[in-house]
Amino acid sequence: MTSEIILQAIVTGLMMGLIYALIAAGLSLIFGLMDIVNFAHGEHLMLSMFSSFWLWSLFGLDPIFSIPITILLMAFCGMLTHYFLIRYILKAKMLIQICATFGLSIFIRSIAQFLWTPDFRNIDKPLLEGRLEISGVFIGQPQLTASLVCLIAFILLYLFVTKTETGLALQATAQDRNAAEILGIPSNKMFAIGWAIGLGCVGIAGGMMANYFFIFTDVGINFALFAFVAVALGGFGSIIGCLYAGIIIGLVESLGGLLIDPSFKLLYVFAIYLLVVIYKPQGLFGRY
Amino acid sequence: MSEKLLIAKSEPLWNTDKRIISLISGLVILLFALPHFGLNSFYLHLMIMIFMHAVMAQSWNVIAGFSGQISLGHGAFFGIGAYATSFFYVQYGISPWISIFLGMIFSGISAVLIGIPMLRLSGHYFAIATLLIGISFQIIFQRWDLVGAASGLWVPMTTGDSWLALQFHSSKMPYYYVFLIFFLVTFYLVWILSRSKLGFRLRAVRDDPQAALSLCINVSNYKIIAYVISAMIMAPMGSLFAQYILIIDPDRVFNIEISIIVLLITVLGGIGNVWGPIIGAAILIPISEYSRIYLGGTGGAVDLIIYGLILMLICVFRPDGLISFIPKNILERKKQR
Amino acid sequence: MKILSVENLSRAFGGIKANNDITFEVDQGSILGVIGPNGAGKSTLFDLITGYTKADSGNVKFFDNEIFGLTPDKISNLGIGRTFQKLKPFADQTLLENVMIGSFVKEKNVKKARDKALEIIDFVDLIEKRHHFAKELSTGQRKRLEMARAMAIEPKLLLMDEVTGGVDQKTIPGLVDLIKKLKKSGVTIITIEHNMNIIMEISDNILALDQGERIAYGSPSEIQKNKQVVDSYLGTFDAA
Repeated sequence: MTSEIILQAIVTGLMMGLIYALIAAGLSLIFGLMDIVNFAHGEHLMLSMFSSFWLWSLFGLDPIFSIPITILLMAFCGMLTHYFLIRYILKAKMLIQICATFGLSIFIRSIAQFLWTPDFRNIDKPLLEGRLEISGVFIGQPQLTASLVCLIAFILLYLFVTKTETGLALQATAQDRNAAEILGIPSNKMFAIGWAIGLGCVGIAGGMMANYFFIFTDVGINFALFAFVAVALGGFGSIIGCLYAGIIIGLVESLGGLLIDPSFKLLYVFAIYLLVVIYKPQGLFGRY
Repeated sequence: MSEKLLIAKSEPLWNTDKRIISLISGLVILLFALPHFGLNSFYLHLMIMIFMHAVMAQSWNVIAGFSGQISLGHGAFFGIGAYATSFFYVQYGISPWISIFLGMIFSGISAVLIGIPMLRLSGHYFAIATLLIGISFQIIFQRWDLVGAASGLWVPMTTGDSWLALQFHSSKMPYYYVFLIFFLVTFYLVWILSRSKLGFRLRAVRDDPQAALSLCINVSNYKIIAYVISAMIMAPMGSLFAQYILIIDPDRVFNIEISIIVLLITVLGGIGNVWGPIIGAAILIPISEYSRIYLGGTGGAVDLIIYGLILMLICVFRPDGLISFIPKNILERKKQR
Repeated sequence: MKILSVENLSRAFGGIKANNDITFEVDQGSILGVIGPNGAGKSTLFDLITGYTKADSGNVKFFDNEIFGLTPDKISNLGIGRTFQKLKPFADQTLLENVMIGSFVKEKNVKKARDKALEIIDFVDLIEKRHHFAKELSTGQRKRLEMARAMAIEPKLLLMDEVTGGVDQKTIPGLVDLIKKLKKSGVTIITIEHNMNIIMEISDNILALDQGERIAYGSPSEIQKNKQVVDSYLGTFDAA
């Protein structure tokens, strides 16, 4: 157990953490806006990865170039989700809201399995490949790029929500949709925008990960679970919290796998969730 | 004033139509007689699956429908039940009839251990926690050598039928009756629960915990009680299932599909209502079994496509479940003139 | 006999002192009216007494027993009932079922609980609506539902939060009569009210709050003459 190995784990964890953060941010945005947990978040991520894959496999588009398409596709997907499902359950009991997005996740995952089979795919020789070495630590270029892109996207998201007019309108709707309506901010439109942005984030993360991750229909499940943990740890409704939480989760997964046992990585992250909800239910920055 | 009061007091507690009672009695008799009408193995299997899933869904109904806590990892208790009977038979030769109770005890204890920290949480947090826990069980059992890890447990087959070992090889009929009896007993117990003081208090906890507190109800305790009851209803189904297929592994008895299907059946039939799980199972299980046959190898995925779709449709169009199609005055409550 | 004594009860939310050093006592069998402008801390006071919010400091004694720090269910078990300003009926259950939840506190048997609930529903004059779902009832009827439900636990002390709020004029006298009936049956009542006519009519004593502070305590006639109360809240009181 050299210090290099530990450093490697830290770097890997940090990089994955930034990706988790962006995915979680999308989830948190949607929840903050309308109190709905998107249980299909992982499946949306899976769709974005497959989008990259098919654009490459069928049209020869390298992921770097197809990312804008993926993002737009996912944003569009978000709006569809809102208009065809979410809109109808906004006033329903929590049970029904949970079941609805849960049902969506089952639906998306199984259609994907039906159409594309559960086989593992990956993108061969993307433009982004290779490794850097910095003092004994190996950093994959796709991983590094993905993490940095996610970080930048995260910062842009944060600035958007806090500094732009639309972002502030979103915040207003999140805090009190009736009051916002009276002030001329149409809730329905805000929700649709929220979904579009939320899934757009997922599109960025998925599109970038397609460069180096295996792509298969169940890939979204673990990411979704980690996103839930991240949002709970960071605090439901807090975007900034997602950043800290994502990084913590990335590090716990990586170091836990290294120092204890790699086959129980999920359990270490789940343990975080348990600790948080028991001792600090509002999370690090939560509203509740 | 007091005249109206006297009239009100003389009303029966529950408005169960005499016709419904005869209908149900008739159905029960029919169910007992059914195998003797020459049902072949497939139909017996179908009925067994309906009974089993109805009870599993009823278990979920107790915690979600009666008490308002959404569990997305209920399959964990099913798996515990399955492993309890299999493990103790394989290792120590203990009859499954005894280890069914062991399974119930283990599930009950798990429910308490999970419930005490988790049930304090609000809806979303608890739902996510149960999801994580359900998956954790699968991961842990996949790597636990004592219970066979990923390969699971193979229950040694007895030569011929054995009531002691709860295994029947010549025909499915004995299994049919075992499952039927568990189904009837469980249904009856839950029916009594829903009409008891405990049932009323659970509904109060479900509908408004803050108000319930003002009415001397210790909300946390009641949630845990409901969770334990729910777990102890689920476990025997896992145990019986293990005796039915005689090979169990973490993917078969801890997988998330189990949690999904109990949720779906209950929501489809009508959550919060004693009859909901039965209606849901009676409709969904045949669909599931037939699609498995007609759509062949990829049947697994198509099953789920339908489940997901149905779940979404119910949530949007009929959140009270199919039971809401039956006019209320036939079932239980009657609105007075 | 002092049924309730509150001493130096305080609670702050962030920088705002919702309740600051509140002290008062309530005689058994009396009605205490609590008045004050919006935001004075009246509902917070109820939440502190009934355990829904944890007070920062002070103590609350119920029949000389310290109840500070107990959970709401334990406090209701001791005999303190309450209604809520933002009504909390069990919406998908009938009026009868709502009240039964209350009567189950004293009755184990379902039929007896049902009959007792019916008696209380009769007391609040809603017997015809007993099978109606709570969400179908009017505001005034829901207020009575909450009262009936709280009464069903047979409290010795009942805290009512704005019972006449949002209720139309012709329903009010009925509610007032109900409160008087309750007092006659031996229940001590603390009631938050904005309707000055009612408060002056039914209260034995009045506690006036403003900005989290107790500004006055006394009989209705004393309160009407209290300059601070008049300035902050009543305005010049025209005995209409």
